[in-house]
Formats: sequence, structure tokens, C-alpha cells
Amino acid sequence: MSARQYDLAIIGAGPAGMAAAHEARNLGLKVCVIDEQDGPGGQIYRDVEHVAMKRAHDLDVLGPDYKYGFGLVDGLRAAGVTHLKGHTVWQIEAAGTVWCSDGEKAKRIDARRILLATGAMERPVPVPGWTLPGVMTAGAAQILMKSAGMVPSGPIAICGSGPLLLLIADQLVRAGANIAVICETTTFGDYLRAAPKLPEAMRGFEYLQKGLAMRRRIKAAGVRIVGGISALRIDGSDRAEGVSFKSGGREHSVAASTVLLHQGVVPNTQASRQLRLDHLWHDTQHYWYPKTGAHGATTLENIFIAGDGAGVFGARAAEASGRLSALQIALSLGRIKEADFDLKAPPWQTELKHHRAVRPLLDALFPPPAEILNPPGDETIVCRCEEITAGDIRKAAGLGAPGPNQLKAFLRAGMGPCQGRMCGLTVTEILAAAHGKPPAAIGAYRIRPPMKPLSLAELADMDVTESEVG
Amino acid sequence: MLKRRHSDAAVVLILIDGVTVEARAGESAAAAVLAHDGGATRTTPVSGAPRAPYCMMGVCFECLMEIDGVANRQGCMVRVAEGMSIRRQQGARALERET
Repeated sequence: MSARQYDLAIIGAGPAGMAAAHEARNLGLKVCVIDEQDGPGGQIYRDVEHVAMKRAHDLDVLGPDYKYGFGLVDGLRAAGVTHLKGHTVWQIEAAGTVWCSDGEKAKRIDARRILLATGAMERPVPVPGWTLPGVMTAGAAQILMKSAGMVPSGPIAICGSGPLLLLIADQLVRAGANIAVICETTTFGDYLRAAPKLPEAMRGFEYLQKGLAMRRRIKAAGVRIVGGISALRIDGSDRAEGVSFKSGGREHSVAASTVLLHQGVVPNTQASRQLRLDHLWHDTQHYWYPKTGAHGATTLENIFIAGDGAGVFGARAAEASGRLSALQIALSLGRIKEADFDLKAPPWQTELKHHRAVRPLLDALFPPPAEILNPPGDETIVCRCEEITAGDIRKAAGLGAPGPNQLKAFLRAGMGPCQGRMCGLTVTEILAAAHGKPPAAIGAYRIRPPMKPLSLAELADMDVTESEVG
Repeated sequence: MLKRRHSDAAVVLILIDGVTVEARAGESAAAAVLAHDGGATRTTPVSGAPRAPYCMMGVCFECLMEIDGVANRQGCMVRVAEGMSIRRQQGARALERET
């Protein structure tokens, strides 16, 4: 085993990763940040450096909460950490080894501790027609605004629910995009179920204020908003031509050349699953999250998790949790004393609590609808890579497939290039319903390395000595 | 179909399926294809159905394209560069044989 090059390897340069790197470096740790993107920021602050410095017109569209990320990027740049940009991690070993590739050759990074700051992804939205060109997630449209200053050119239908959906609609309005309709799945019942959470959420009052202001601006722009929709489907044969849905007991159809889907975000658990960490099921938001202890500690001594990858609470909470994980890691390495920790942690604990306060309300107000979790139509594609439908999965369940891993042998579901990222949650829900068991009892796909495709050439070009291989 | 709101970024000339196309510095290969014609970036190996980028953040793998001769690259994770050749992938990627 080679000597550990770093005290801490951080995977991901979003808010949690950047804040953790900055904090750990200030505590004297030798830090390496490994990130897939070409620049720091993660998805939430993607390309914020370019936009803040050179693209004022896009900054006006994206708003002050996006610009805030520039301070974090600045902190990362100033901290003096090794930043491996454009590096894709394909395997993590619990002892402290990260295997990654820059696209040309594979590399090995050894660290005494590893912090997973791999964030969240949008929940896949399996509705009829969701594989057609012209359909993408609302987040994808936002990434196109951030990274390329692009907006959809034709009429847009925005469908689903959640705070991010409103934010992106507001940004698209400011960018002058043509929004034909916003159809929301939130029902009157959701409001009733969320109401008891309101007093707690008042501690994060600025979030509520922002949400109401966004809705006001979207309405003031004359955008048509339809609430309580169901039976959403995307029309078109070779590409999206519009959406159809039910609302108020009537069937509606709206023409659109771009359809943006959104049903909240869920932790991206590929890395925590590859490490075989225990995962828990979130009953309201219907997602898996890894079980963590104090400030991101896990059952593996050298592995920590910060940010939305451990449960979705948003960017500002992710930042605070990254700093707290850095402190916890420094303590575990004996680099700071308990007394230092007790001095430095409380402000970030307060910050974390503040930014988390609104989440129970949001979770209750914007639950993924039953028809998204377990698509009722047998023809709806669930596994996009292998083109496996909801009906195929129900049939395999009837033939005896007890869980997602056995389903692979029946159908190849989850065995395409995305490695189950797109179908994993839906497969768990369909099997749970078919067998009359809770999702937590059904389990999830086993994730094995390489977590991302790796060519043999990249592997063959790796610099390793014989002792490292042996 | 996607459009650029402003055109002040530097022009980068790339090839999409052999046709010279103007892209802009900083954008991804997937974004460049979406702005070019908004069509599919690949067809599926199973049924040959057209697919286009869905997530733009590296998790859906719908933007798999051949970039500078390397098949199965995630087009949303690669920024355009002068002279880059992008080919939409038809069905499963082909294995090349060197003789």
C-alpha cells in the first residue's frame, strides 16, 4: 500500500464539497477535491465563475441565490487545495482509495478520509412519452441557461411540482422564454397535509417569501398555471408535440415543442451504494438516503457524507453540513481538539438548523404523485436504457422476481449505461406495490464499480507500480 | 430546439455528423447539438428509437455520442473545442478493429 497522499479526498465540488475543502484546508489538512465538471460549483452553482465574471445578462436571469455560489468558488480557489477537475470517479474503497479518470487515463488517489459530496439528482419522471426528444428535466433546462445561455425556442410546457420547478419557471420568464403552460401536480389535499408543518417552516421565513414572490412574478407575466393535474402524458411520435392531462374533471391538451418535467430532487446514491453503506427510505419523499451519524460520519470509519447526497435539504444546508463534516474529520484525525470543535461547530449547526427548517413543509407540500411512483399504464417505459416498461416489471414480479437485483436476470432492467440511475426508484416502487410490501423491504439495485463507464485504454494507461498492483 | 440568448461568446467551429457548425466557447457537445437542430443525439440499441439529452448533468446517458472518434462519450460532460467532431450514435456503439 502506498503512503496516503492526502488527509482528505472530497468527491464533488458543489456547495458541500467546496465548503468542506475550504474549512478542512483552514484546519491544516492536505485536501484533494475530485470533480466531474470542468469547473467548481456542482449543478446548483454550475459555471457561476464564468457567469459572474463575463455573462452579466445571464446573471440577471439566474438571480442572487445563484450568484451567491461565486463566494464559495472563490473560497475554494483561495484555499490552496488540489482540484482535479474533469475527473470521473469510478470506484471508491473504504480504506481510503479513490479511483478516477480524466478521460484519458485512470488514476489512484489515496487519502486518510473520504468525503462524499456527490449531491442530488432530479427524480426521474416516468410518464407516457417521457423518452421523446424535446422532453427533458426542468433542471436540464436550467443547466443549459447556466452553462450555455440557452433557452428552449418554442412553446414550453413545465409539468410537475416542487420549489425548483417554480424557480426555473421564474428564470425562464426572465429569460424571455415562451411558456405555454405550467401544470402542477400539487393537490388541495397536499396543502392540507402540509399546513401543520407551517409553524416550524416559519423559522425559514425567507424561503416562503421567495416562493410566494416567484409565484407572483410568474402569474404577473401572464403564464397559464393549471393546478391539481393528473394523468399527464406527452404527445408526439418522433418528438414532443405537446402534453395532455386531466384537471378539474376535464381533459386538457396543450401544444409544446419542449416539455420540462420535475418532481423534486433525490440523493444520488451511486457512491454510497457502491460502498455498501446502509440506506434508509424517506416515507414522504420516497427516496433512499444513506444512514449517517454525527456530521456525516458513516459506519465506515474513513467515509463521511455531506450535502444533499445524505438527504435533500438544499444548497445552503449542504454548505453548512460540508463545513461540519470537515470539522468532524479533522477531529477524527486528531488535528483539532474537542475544545476547538466545540468552539467552531455551533455557528454552522445553527446555520444548518435554520436552512433545514422549511424542508418538512416542502416535503409534505410537494410529494411525488402515486402515478409517477408506480406508473399505472403498462406501456410506460421505466428503464430507459433497456426499454423495459412498467407492465414488463409487473409481469416479472408475477413470475416471482422478488427484488430489483433478481429483476435484472428477468429483464436486464438497470443494466444499461445509466446503471439504474433512471429506473432504480421506480423499480423498487413497482415491486413493492406488486408484492404488497413497503419499499424499504424490497431494497435497491446493488451498485458495482466501475460506477461510470471506463475504457480499457484509460485503465491500461494508468501509472501504477507493481507493488501497488500486488 | 434550443436557442442562444446572446451571441457574444467566442465562436468555435465543430463538426456535427460531418457538417461544419458554429458553436460557442464554454457550451457542452450535447448543448451544441440541441442548438443545432434540437433533434436526437442517439438512437437506442434495443428498438432504434430516437433519444435526446434528458438530464444534462451526467446521470441519464441519453447524450451518448461519438466524440473525436471515441464512442459512448457523455456529450453533456464534454465542452466543445475547435475542430471537434461529434457524431450521433446509431444503436449500439461499434467496436473498432485495428488490423
